[in-house]
Amino acid sequence: MTKDKILRVEQLSVTFTGGTKPVRAVDNVDLDVARGEVLALLGESGSGKSVTLRSILRLHNEKRTRIDGRIIADGTDVTLLDGDALSRFRGKTVSMVFQEPMLALDPVYTVGRQINEAIRRHESVSQDTARTRALHLFERVRIPSPERRLDSYPHEMSGGMRQRAMIALALACSPKVLLADEPTTALDATVQVQILLLLRDLQRELGLSMIFVTHDIGVAVEVADRVAVMYAGRIVELGPVRDVLRTPRHPYTVGLLSTRAHGGRLSGNRLPTIPGSPPDLTNLPAGCAFAPRCSSVTESCRTKAPEARAVGAGHTVRCILQHPTVGPK
Amino acid sequence: MLQTAAPVALVPIERSPGYWATVWSRFRRDPVAVGAGLVVLALILMAVFAPLIAPQDPFKGMALRRLRPPGTDGYPLGTDELGRDMLSRLIYGARLSLFMGVTPVLLALGAGATIGIVAGYAGGWVNTIMMRIIDVFFAFPSVLLAIALSGALGAGIANGLISLTVVFIPPIARIAESVTTSVRTRDYVEAARASGAGPLRIIRTQVLGNVMGPIFVYAMSLVAVSMILASGLSFLGLGVKPPEPEWGLMLNTLRTAMYIQPLLCALPGLMIFLTSIAFNMLTDGLRSAMDLKA
Amino acid sequence: MSTPILEVVDLIKHFPLATGLLGRAGSAVRAVDGVSFAVQERETLGIVGESGCGKSTTARLLMQLIVPTSGAIRYQGQTVGTKALPLKEFRRQVQMVFQDSYASLNPRLTVEDSIAFAPTVHGVSGDQAVRKARALLDRVGLEPARFAGRYPHELSGGQRQRVNIARALAVEPRVLLLDEAVSALDKSVEAQVLNLLLDLKDEMGLTYLFISHDLEVVRFMSTQVLVMYLGRIAEVGPTEALYTASRHPYTTALLGSLLSMDPDNRRTQAPLAGDPPNPIDPPPGCRFHTRCAYAEPVCSTREPDLGGVGLAHAAACHMAHPGTGHSRAAGRVA
Repeated sequence: MTKDKILRVEQLSVTFTGGTKPVRAVDNVDLDVARGEVLALLGESGSGKSVTLRSILRLHNEKRTRIDGRIIADGTDVTLLDGDALSRFRGKTVSMVFQEPMLALDPVYTVGRQINEAIRRHESVSQDTARTRALHLFERVRIPSPERRLDSYPHEMSGGMRQRAMIALALACSPKVLLADEPTTALDATVQVQILLLLRDLQRELGLSMIFVTHDIGVAVEVADRVAVMYAGRIVELGPVRDVLRTPRHPYTVGLLSTRAHGGRLSGNRLPTIPGSPPDLTNLPAGCAFAPRCSSVTESCRTKAPEARAVGAGHTVRCILQHPTVGPK
Repeated sequence: MLQTAAPVALVPIERSPGYWATVWSRFRRDPVAVGAGLVVLALILMAVFAPLIAPQDPFKGMALRRLRPPGTDGYPLGTDELGRDMLSRLIYGARLSLFMGVTPVLLALGAGATIGIVAGYAGGWVNTIMMRIIDVFFAFPSVLLAIALSGALGAGIANGLISLTVVFIPPIARIAESVTTSVRTRDYVEAARASGAGPLRIIRTQVLGNVMGPIFVYAMSLVAVSMILASGLSFLGLGVKPPEPEWGLMLNTLRTAMYIQPLLCALPGLMIFLTSIAFNMLTDGLRSAMDLKA
Repeated sequence: MSTPILEVVDLIKHFPLATGLLGRAGSAVRAVDGVSFAVQERETLGIVGESGCGKSTTARLLMQLIVPTSGAIRYQGQTVGTKALPLKEFRRQVQMVFQDSYASLNPRLTVEDSIAFAPTVHGVSGDQAVRKARALLDRVGLEPARFAGRYPHELSGGQRQRVNIARALAVEPRVLLLDEAVSALDKSVEAQVLNLLLDLKDEMGLTYLFISHDLEVVRFMSTQVLVMYLGRIAEVGPTEALYTASRHPYTTALLGSLLSMDPDNRRTQAPLAGDPPNPIDPPPGCRFHTRCAYAEPVCSTREPDLGGVGLAHAAACHMAHPGTGHSRAAGRVA
């Protein structure tokens, strides 16, 4: 079973120690991704979804961050890598697509040159070979007139095209796992669909494994095989996208699904809401972090955080409720 | 419909510490900044109470006791080229030196901040014209400008003050303009405009509170520069005139004794150095205390 | 029909680009290029469109924060900035909530001082203004005793946006311009704020202009919807008519870009290719013709009129009107 898991995250906790008091942004997260599978990490601000993703590439400032647990990618424990090994790992085994390509791409070099360098950093090939491969990548991500666009600077491209270039850069060294951090959030609706379809096609064609971080359940439904719903640093529900969408078991997931101002709803009628604000990580309640916002809260929720339990095939939930049909208040 | 709420008595509300209270509590926790602040305070006290602290009359010389080294009996820091007590002259010197350091900066702060804030808030061609005029002054190195101005006006404390003030107006105006320009385009200023408020009211209620901090800190970093420039002017015989005790001037008059009593000659320079370092570290401390995310 | 509460006539805003050294007439960003619409009292007009379509510029023009190149804005039939309706009075009637809840609050002012500011501008005493601020805080769901003395950075995004709404309401306006007012909020908080806006509208008889890139939210909030593309109106109409029977291919494409919310019927095709073009040099003729699947020669030469296609429903497309020379023009193909 574990053999075909390209990525496993075990008991991952991430604590930021830079501030006046330590903040535990990720708390005992377990997840895995099979070869060729897409997992969506869904959550709102402060849920720890991006922090989890960034720890897989060890992108956090090591001096101000404590990482506990194990991250095993393609057989190597990422937490033990250092120096050269870490550089080889980044981009080659696992690479990442960011939300804002303008910040992730270097403004002073052409995108073609950046892709060339990424290739040559990992493989000893000639400039010409690298250029040919970069051109091929640009064709793959469907950038029109790719030859010319390789010599463009990031600011000369439109938002959607920059994101395509960013994806080409991430794929430069044929990684096995692609991490995507809200790659479509900053894009217009008509462009978002294009990028989602592109990522889905590339993932299928290349047999990539993907972790896709998003705050939009609609995006998760569009690309993911499985969904992990995060809240206050924990995975509160994990399961196949169909099951989570159709029979959500955690009151938070139920709430997220019902608060969407969605087509069928009569306009002008009040929306069901989840009361309260997203959690303050510096001041989490004891017990279940969702308890203060939950309508079905019981006394034991406030004292002890519920363990993950199975509620279906590959569907787990951290909630003691047996019948989660009760939505939030 | 909203008026109905008016008769409700104002109940006590929870208040957060304001911005400056937070800055102060951060400043207090920075030992370097507090140390620098204490040194500055000590220098100010020394200047104010000079007559009480100084052991001797700073103007009274003794031809027989010229250029005594530090440690001489009755003259703990020695005597100068006219046989006057160094310690007393250094203590009295703080008065003029600090005065020449702080006053031009305060005057320039008033003028420069006004120019910069008006230019920054007005924007457009008003801004362009005002800032181009300011740029003309930038074309001259500040030392040269100060020397040229006091040279033209003649020696003396008042003329020194005027020329130093003129030197500091452009940099302060430019900082004020850039800070104001960045604040002017914020949504809360737009919101204030959208609520019907006029420019003066917006500057007073929305802009000043957000720009005066950074402008003040910048001005404070100029105090050390001003003091050194003032000393430089005195050294060249353009600022304070003898026999007034002022560190720059003392450095000038003692320079002939450089090979006879090098340590003695260094003392006024040391005071200038100490004071400017203290002001700079105080400024740095304030700046980092004010650098709240909020 | 009664006089609309807010009316915009042929509004144009061009931002000139830096001119050449010799003062040659440079090109301009044609951010808003001939936009006319009217909002009836107590309606909510939703404005949707992608980046660069001019919806935020329209909001700023309406609020008189920037000066239009040409065009008129009328409030209850009176032109803004005339003796009959001075700007200051207009600004008491029309208020705005911005997208960035943090940037739109002065970081040095407490919440109640921020809310109380506008009433004092209009002559309310300081004490009265503070009372009003606290009453409004209470109304938007923030307990005054806990929140009135706080600074913006101590509040969550949703709480700050409630403060911004209270601030906009402090001068008792009749029209509220909401420029992406919920876009930066988490979904669970977004729903709370949308409900609050609905309640306030009913209670105070407000009229909303709801600007957003989120079609679902606009559909939920609006009675009328206006679709903008590259500085012009593509289509405008009653919400349900527009969402169920759109007549402009751009509207159709926007709706076709909505996510499926169904893992068994995912989107398989993007309705449009490429990004929205740059408003510096909008294409001639119909501005959408470069991305339109139905474009014909007539589309690149003649600009379509915004003509009626139904009750209060208009579309700027040659296909929607007979006799335009487009092979799919209404009349030939139903």
